[in-house]
Amino acid sequence: MKSIPEIQQEIVEEFEMFDDWMQRYEYMIELGKSLPLIDEKYKTDEYIIKGCQSKVWVHADLNEDKIEFTADSDAIITKGIIAILIRSFSGQPPQEILDADTSFIDKIGLKEHLSPTRANGLVSMIKQIKLYAVAYKAKAENS
Amino acid sequence: MASVDTSLHFDVEKIRADFPILKRKVNDKPLVYFDNAATSQTPQQVIDVIVDYYSRYNANIHRGVHALSQEATDAYEQARIKIQKHFNIPNAYQTLFTSGTTHGINMVASGFASILEAGDEVIVSALEHHSNIVPWQMLCEKTGAQLKVIPMLENGTLDMQAFDRLLSEKTKLVFVNHVSNALGTVNPIEELISKTHNVGGAVLVDGAQAAPHIKADLQALDVDFYVVSAHKMCGPTGVGMLYGKEEWLTKLPPYQGGGEMIDQVTFEKTTYAGLPHKFEAGTPNICGGIAFGAALDYMNAIGFDQIAEYEHELLEYATSRLKAIDGLRIYGDIPNKTAVISFNIKGVHPYDMGTILDKLGIAVRTGHHCAQPIMDFYKIPGTVRASFAFYNTKDEIDTLIAGVERARNMLV
Repeated sequence: MKSIPEIQQEIVEEFEMFDDWMQRYEYMIELGKSLPLIDEKYKTDEYIIKGCQSKVWVHADLNEDKIEFTADSDAIITKGIIAILIRSFSGQPPQEILDADTSFIDKIGLKEHLSPTRANGLVSMIKQIKLYAVAYKAKAENS
Repeated sequence: MASVDTSLHFDVEKIRADFPILKRKVNDKPLVYFDNAATSQTPQQVIDVIVDYYSRYNANIHRGVHALSQEATDAYEQARIKIQKHFNIPNAYQTLFTSGTTHGINMVASGFASILEAGDEVIVSALEHHSNIVPWQMLCEKTGAQLKVIPMLENGTLDMQAFDRLLSEKTKLVFVNHVSNALGTVNPIEELISKTHNVGGAVLVDGAQAAPHIKADLQALDVDFYVVSAHKMCGPTGVGMLYGKEEWLTKLPPYQGGGEMIDQVTFEKTTYAGLPHKFEAGTPNICGGIAFGAALDYMNAIGFDQIAEYEHELLEYATSRLKAIDGLRIYGDIPNKTAVISFNIKGVHPYDMGTILDKLGIAVRTGHHCAQPIMDFYKIPGTVRASFAFYNTKDEIDTLIAGVERARNMLV
């Protein structure tokens, strides 16, 4: 299993192959199509991430001490962004997720999506992913 | 496609030269600014007035005896008179400075809290901006009055037959926008006003979206309250105007306490100042008010008839070109509207479209435009809204069309 920094580096290298923003966006849209989709039963207000102009749902399950994320969005670019995040975090132990940084988003030329005031909710998505990690870590320590 | 603007009477290139921001690039592309319904751009003439104020006569108004205070007071009061004349308001003291449309609406809503009683009815339209819905909901919660809604029709206009049915002697207030911010629909406010007056109610018209395109004669309209924001009409943000009929402004209590709004203050009792100061507590946006006056001068020098005619030309051109795009739907495509086009492409989320257009240097608004009830009506998450101003060109519309097509190819 690759570590989070290794996966992030892999994504950065993939995006470096593209010369312009348009190709990067097209690739991101492609990645969105491979997103592990959330079970329809979780596409409710309870799992929705606030702060997005588009709708984003994220769900997490613990599978042998590792967190598996699934998600979906009604906007295709947003779906691409969440796919990149999930690829980097899914299948990792809670502590690794909590320690991980997200500056690779900047390196793949999506810096504009990192602004907390931007209505795409990327920052809220990261926060939600980390909250799941906190919750599963606490659960593991208590059991 | 068209590369030259054919309007002989209207020199758009000369006008564009007045707006420094139009020269800038966004994402290495020349800026195409089509978010005018949110905030219009500022001409150099208005920027100069702002710089001049802070460079020469920045001072507090209405209280200093020194020269700067006097100059600032004079300029501020002159601006009030410019606004008064522009909207054909009977007196300068009925022309109240506010921080913007939302502030003006809240001032009236808060005033009516002491007038309305349980059993009274308040009517809003389904085409309202949230800022013209929420204050009335709060007012109704406070007073026990009932909120009724004029429904909208599929074409983005108000259901006036339903309005007739809602009206009764219980109707105390009707709130409606002159022009819908999300769709650009021009509402039949003359009819709404006269019918409401027939049952003894008052009408507040939110003119924020109309004021950049339509020079409203408030006496002829016989409207009770009218509110606008300067930043939609080439002025700065944070300043606007509330007009009220004298009988109402006298009757309503002050909105907030503070300096300027008092006549005498003792710990036993304060008596309020006369109009307009009763509603203008605290140090206002002095520079903003002066710049608002300058913005009206600028637009009037071009002429509102010319502006409306040219913008209509842009609207028709953009509408016909957008309609030719496969799968594109325009919401509220009716003859009587301002230069606003709200649209979606089948299978494309407005957020995705807006993101790609931004990469191409094109600024549009996406989302629900603070008019969620309209989006719920159409069962959509939002729209892409392109809103034009008199400094936009057909060339820029061509850039938008190319951008929309490019985004469509990427996203569908």
